[in-house]
Parts: sequence; C-alpha cells; structure tokens
Amino acid sequence: MREREMDSDEEQLWVPFKSRPEWSDVIPVEQDDGPNPVVPIAYKEQFTETMNYFRAVFKADERSPRALQLTTEAIGLNSGNYTIWHYRRLILETLKADLQNELDFTDQIAQINSKNYQLWHHRRWVAEILGTNATSSELEFTKKILLGDAKNYHAWSHRQWVLKELGGWENELDYCQELLEEDVFNNSAWNQRYFVITRSPLLGGLTAMRESEVSYTLKAIVAHPENESSWRYLRGLYKNDNWSWANDPQVASVCLKVLSANNDCIFALSTLLDLIRHGFQASEELRDAVDAIRNSNLVEAESDLTKTICSLLEKLDPIRVNYWKWRKSILCEGAK
Amino acid sequence: MGELAAEKHVQFILSVEKKKDSLEAVAMEHLRMNGAYWGLTTLDLLGKIQVLALFNKIDVLDVDKVASYKQIKSKRNKKILLNLIFNSDVAALQNKDGSFSGDMWGEIDTRFSYIAILCLALLHRLNKINVEKAVNYITHLNFDLPMPTAVFCCVGALAITGSLHHIDKDLLGWWLCERQVNSGDILIKSKAKPGGLNGRPEKLPDVCYSWWVLSSLVMIDRVHWIDKEKLVKFILDCQDIENGGISDRPDDAVDVYHTYFGVAGLSLLEYPGMKALDPAYALPVDVVNRIILGK
Ligand SMILES: [Zn+2]
Repeated sequence: MREREMDSDEEQLWVPFKSRPEWSDVIPVEQDDGPNPVVPIAYKEQFTETMNYFRAVFKADERSPRALQLTTEAIGLNSGNYTIWHYRRLILETLKADLQNELDFTDQIAQINSKNYQLWHHRRWVAEILGTNATSSELEFTKKILLGDAKNYHAWSHRQWVLKELGGWENELDYCQELLEEDVFNNSAWNQRYFVITRSPLLGGLTAMRESEVSYTLKAIVAHPENESSWRYLRGLYKNDNWSWANDPQVASVCLKVLSANNDCIFALSTLLDLIRHGFQASEELRDAVDAIRNSNLVEAESDLTKTICSLLEKLDPIRVNYWKWRKSILCEGAK
Repeated sequence: MGELAAEKHVQFILSVEKKKDSLEAVAMEHLRMNGAYWGLTTLDLLGKIQVLALFNKIDVLDVDKVASYKQIKSKRNKKILLNLIFNSDVAALQNKDGSFSGDMWGEIDTRFSYIAILCLALLHRLNKINVEKAVNYITHLNFDLPMPTAVFCCVGALAITGSLHHIDKDLLGWWLCERQVNSGDILIKSKAKPGGLNGRPEKLPDVCYSWWVLSSLVMIDRVHWIDKEKLVKFILDCQDIENGGISDRPDDAVDVYHTYFGVAGLSLLEYPGMKALDPAYALPVDVVNRIILGK
C-alpha cells in the first residue's frame, strides 16, 4: 500500500498559510509529541504547516468555507487520514454545501490512488444523500476506474451498492458482456454477471435466466477450458438445485467435449466428479474419455469411475493431492 | 530451498522503526499503529521480543504504560488507543441486525464485525453485545464479492465466539484451497513457482494471502488440503536475503506489512524455530492464553 500524493508542480505554487491574509487570525497547533527531528524537505514543511492549521480549525470546530478548503488541501497531502475526511463531512453538512462538487473532488483523489478506503467511503456518503440523482454519475465513475483497473475491489463494491440502493440495472448485463468480450478470464466480470442475474429486479432471477446463461457459459468453457471463472460460474447457475445440475445433459456433454479433446482439464474432471456425486450416471462415452486420459497419464485403473477420477486429479492437481485423497476416502465410506 | 533469514528480518523491522521521521513515515502517519502491530508481532514470532513480557509486567488495561513501552510517544496515538479500548462505543456500533458499523457514519462491513468482536473478546466484554445476533448476521451473509479477506473476518469472528459449527468446513475448505496457485499464465507473469496463494481466480499470488487464506484454513482444520511445503518455499522466495524483509512476490520491494504476513504464514505452517500464532486473534498464542485464559 503506497500512495502517490500531490506532484511537484502543485508544490511549487503552494503559498504557506502564514502568508495568506485570510488565515492571519488562526494560530496553528503543532503536533504535541515533542520536537520532530526535521528533515528539511519543502514537501514536509507544507505537510506540517497544513496539518498545524488543520489541527487549529479542528480544535475550534470551525465549519466555514475556508475550513472546507483547508480539508481539500490536507486530504490532497494525506488522503488516507480518516479524521480529515470525517471533519470534511461535518463541514459539508453544516454548510449544506453542493455535493456535486464532492463528486469532482473524489474523482481527483481517485486519480491519485483509487484504492483509498476513505475516498470510497466518502463517495458513498455523498451518493447516499444525492440519491437517484447520483445513479448515472456513480455508474460512470466506477466504469472509469474499472477501465484502468478491471479488478478494483472498491469500485466493484461501490457499483454493486449503487445498483442495489439506487438502481440503474438496465445496461448492467451488457456491461458485463463487454468486459468479458475484452477478457474472458476477468473473474470480477463473471462475478458481476452473477450478481446481475441473481439480483436484478428486471431479469426474473436465477431460474429464469438459467437457460440462456448456461448456453453463454458453455461457449466460453469450450473456447477456454482452462478458465476457472467460467466453470465456477456454471456451477453457480445451479445453486441450490443439485437435481438440475446432475440432470442437465448440457453440463455432462461439455465435460465430454472438453475431456475427449484429450484435455487433462482439472475443472472438467472435478465437475464430472461433482455431477456423479449428485446422482448423474456417466455414459459409456464419458467413461471412455476418462479412461483415455487415465492411460495417457499412466494412472492405474480403479474399481469405479469416481475413484479413477480422484486418482487422476491426485496426479494432475498435485498441489491439492490431500484434498483429492480425502474425496476418494469419503467415496469408500459411502460404499460401505 | 532457502532458509528463513530471521536475523535480517529483525534488522529490517528495526530499521523501519528508526526511519519514522522520513518523508514516507510522515505521510503514512495514520498507519503508525498498524506498523507497530506488524513490527512488534513479527519480532515476537521470530523470538526477538516478548510481547507477553509487556503484558506480564504491566496491567493489560494500563494503556499509558503499554503505549509508552511500545515507544508510541504521540499523545494522539495514545488517545486513539484509549478510545479503542475504553470507549463503550465499540458495543454501541452494533446494529439491530447484528452487524457492526465502522463509525458514526454507519458504514457496515464484516471487517467491523471481526474487529469489534476481537476487541471485546480481548477486553472480556463480549457480554456487552448481542453475540447471537452478530453470529447470525455473519452466517446469513450473501457474498456478492467473495474475497479471502472477508472470509477471514467472518471465520475469525465465528472462531472467537465459538461458532465455527455454522460453517460447512468441507465446502469452504475447498474454496480456500483452490486459491493455491498451481499452474497457468499467472505464474509466468509473476515469475513465481507454484505454491503461492492468490485472492481471486486469475490474480497473482501474494504473500499476504498466506495470512488471509491460511489462517482461515487452519481455523476450519483443512490446512492439510494445500501443499504446505510449496507455500513455505513461495514465502521464502519472497525474502530479501541481503537487507531483510519480505515482499508480496519474488523480486518485488519489501515492506513491513508483507514481512509480517510472510512470517505469520510461516508460523501457521509450523516452520521450525518460530513461535505459534493464533489464527483467529492474529496474536502469538502465549499472548492470547494470557489475555483470554489468564494463564
Ligand atoms: Zn499483498
């Protein structure tokens, strides 16, 4: 975690508070932890003086336009400091300030560091007050951040909050589509897609969406069987409905398709294992496909298909060998 | 395989402490408390200081003494500590549904559930909140953005309140052990060998997940499902052998945060010569025993 603060251009233009007429009545408050061995860096002077004036207004609980301006400068120097942000909100409340300005302000801070907790917290506070007036600005804002960092957790979290609280679901599925077309391995986009189909009031929920989503996902799996996210998404489409999972011929056939391309695909094998666990009866073709992989990996045949799959996974996914051994052992217990 | 450069890491932590007047340290002032925790706990796990000794000599609740003993001179920081510990507000931040807010502005997050429960447990004040509701809130969460950090907070809170039986350990264990990176493009990008843990599919492995993922696996007793030896190797590969410290990935710059999480991970993996760490409290086991059990 490292923050890039204001760059040197702005430092050059900086006027010390003690030279600003509008601050002449304020006595700065030094930090009270004894003499700070001073490193003579211009930046540090600016930082120290700004914080000294901040302490002064904070102590006096001054809620004025100049105090607001001071918090802007102080946050610019120290965007992770919770107290300054908190105080800024108190001032904004008192002044009944136009919160549209806050959107621009946070936008600027985001350009310095888009992973700052305070920034997102503040943004939510503003959006909460602006209500549905903020829907489109918030969707645009997060979209912009995600353009530079497609996996930014804060941005996704904020976006989901906006959708749940303020709405704006209309184009969200298309947006996920766009992101996945760009990068089908983008787990955040798959995650958002799941959020949309399960939560959007416009779409009718998981069961209504299943058919079209399954066919979309199967295509993605066939194109990239090594993509953990798409397999995970497929399983999610049958959440709380293991019967449909085990009995939908499309799921078994995608496993067959991937495995018979002689692909040592861990995800296909573990999906097959999961299907059988929930009552699926494997076809001859599937058994043959597994057998072919078993042969090419020099794994010994077991007494039944599920044990063979476990043995294969032990070999192909050695890092989790103990997990697969455990899976095999509970199969034995079940057989007794 | 390399070994743990314990002595170097101790020097690294101490050098960071000395640099506290640097420009960076000033800008990151608000993180000083975190830094103190990361640094001190690391030193303790490496057997260099005894955090417990601090508690044995002085009353746990004598914050002034604790603070001064830890060389935290700033009165402001002392005040924060005092607020944290004495302010009954921790309990007041619990909402009707059992969740916790971070402050008066009401942001709700599982982080706050964990922190509140941890604080109150350390103070023997869990009776000040509705534990049942807090647990109920956590066990009924809908994870729209599943992250190991959030999982840690939930599992940790459940562990501290003795509520781990609410978890489907096999299912969660599988989800967590899938975070150990075995192969694929990600490894090529990160110049890392197999064995590290990542936070989400297709993300790079990172030493700090040896804390978030591993501690959760230990709490639910499924740590044997991952390849511990490979994970140890991954962490050791992230050491700066010359100047001490541990980074997020091999060859990146080191920092105190990842040094702590790397050392904590090794402790959870029972690396020889290290003190044991409690996965739920994120404190050395002897410290937890002293505080919670009075031993
Ligand atoms: Zn990290």
